[in-house]
Amino acid sequence: MAEAETKTELLSRSIFKRNPIALLILGICSALATTGQMTTAFVMSICVTLVVAFSSMAISMVRNRIPGSVRIGLQIIVIATLVILVDQILKAFFFDLSKQLSIYVGLIITNCIVMGRAEGYAMANPPLASFVDGIGNGLGYGFILMSVAFVRELLGSGSVFGVEILPLTTDGGWYLRNGVLLLPASAFFLIALIIWILRTADPGQQED
Amino acid sequence: MASYFDIVLRSIFLENLPLSFFLGMCTFMAISKRVQSAFGLGVAVLVIQVITVPLNNLVLNYLLKPGALAWAGLPELDLSFLGLLTYIAIIAAVVQVLEMIVDRFLPALYITLGIYLPLLTVNCAIMGGSLFMVERDYTFPESIAYGFGSGAGFFLAVVCLGGIRERLEYADPPAGLRGLGLTFITVGLMAMAFMGLAGL
Repeated sequence: MAEAETKTELLSRSIFKRNPIALLILGICSALATTGQMTTAFVMSICVTLVVAFSSMAISMVRNRIPGSVRIGLQIIVIATLVILVDQILKAFFFDLSKQLSIYVGLIITNCIVMGRAEGYAMANPPLASFVDGIGNGLGYGFILMSVAFVRELLGSGSVFGVEILPLTTDGGWYLRNGVLLLPASAFFLIALIIWILRTADPGQQED
Repeated sequence: MASYFDIVLRSIFLENLPLSFFLGMCTFMAISKRVQSAFGLGVAVLVIQVITVPLNNLVLNYLLKPGALAWAGLPELDLSFLGLLTYIAIIAAVVQVLEMIVDRFLPALYITLGIYLPLLTVNCAIMGGSLFMVERDYTFPESIAYGFGSGAGFFLAVVCLGGIRERLEYADPPAGLRGLGLTFITVGLMAMAFMGLAGL
């Protein structure tokens, strides 16, 4: 029972208390660019979660056999292989989505969350715990991504997951779209707001 | 000639890597507290970008593309699925070699750049530059122009942000917004300012 509890703790900890984006400033690179629509943000979150979870597990399995001097190179190779798999699967089955995500799937390789978890957690912990930690971090990343995408898509294009919620004036409805939220800059403001909320709720995270 | 100039201008102002594609954000945010360190990082990115983007272009055209290996007698081979792995390996190798060269011949520069060079292996801006080059099918000279332009764009953005953040230290924002939150808002404003150049 205690075992199961620590696993859940591991999971929830990375979503709120130690959120990779809001607290550790990791992996923002790809986080902002894919948040114009819910669908792309959702797919991106799934890809990242899978890659983090499996790369953490794989690296944790071989952690005792890796010499310290070549570990970064090895981690990159493991991560790059997984990302190529994800990329090829997307290209084969969801070609439109893979076109929309363009280079950002490839950029999961250089996403600091994946490297950070491999280096910071998986190198020192057993495979199963690393796997759960990876999923937790992926979900924490997804949580921020989806929140930003929700606001941007709802107020910017009047829809959620491509389904119309607020009828636009251009199509004879009443909602005048807010063009600012379609611009890249809006993602910065939204993330700043989320950070502000998280840090007000948990003053321990504040910087001085 | 005009088209190369166009690529350089576009990649510096309109398609600025950190400000409109959010690439290289991690280092962009982490190493911009001081103008001096931001300057070092900017120069390092510029140099690496100018080398790796054209190099990856050559690798793509002569090794990986479908039919690229025709010169070796293997016209049917398509290695493009190995792209991601190859680019990151080349970037890592270039960074390593560059670090050794700078250390050996330009010790003064090494002290300024030293710590940023290894960091740049896993910088999304560098990888992103190469991936954009692949996606847009640049020719070799175009890729040199793009490498230079995107590096210069990063340089400009990071130095500006460094300057602003030095001033922001004296501001008095709400406690939860201090540091990271305020930096995000600053970057957002900068991104909008850069978009104003779109009419050029």
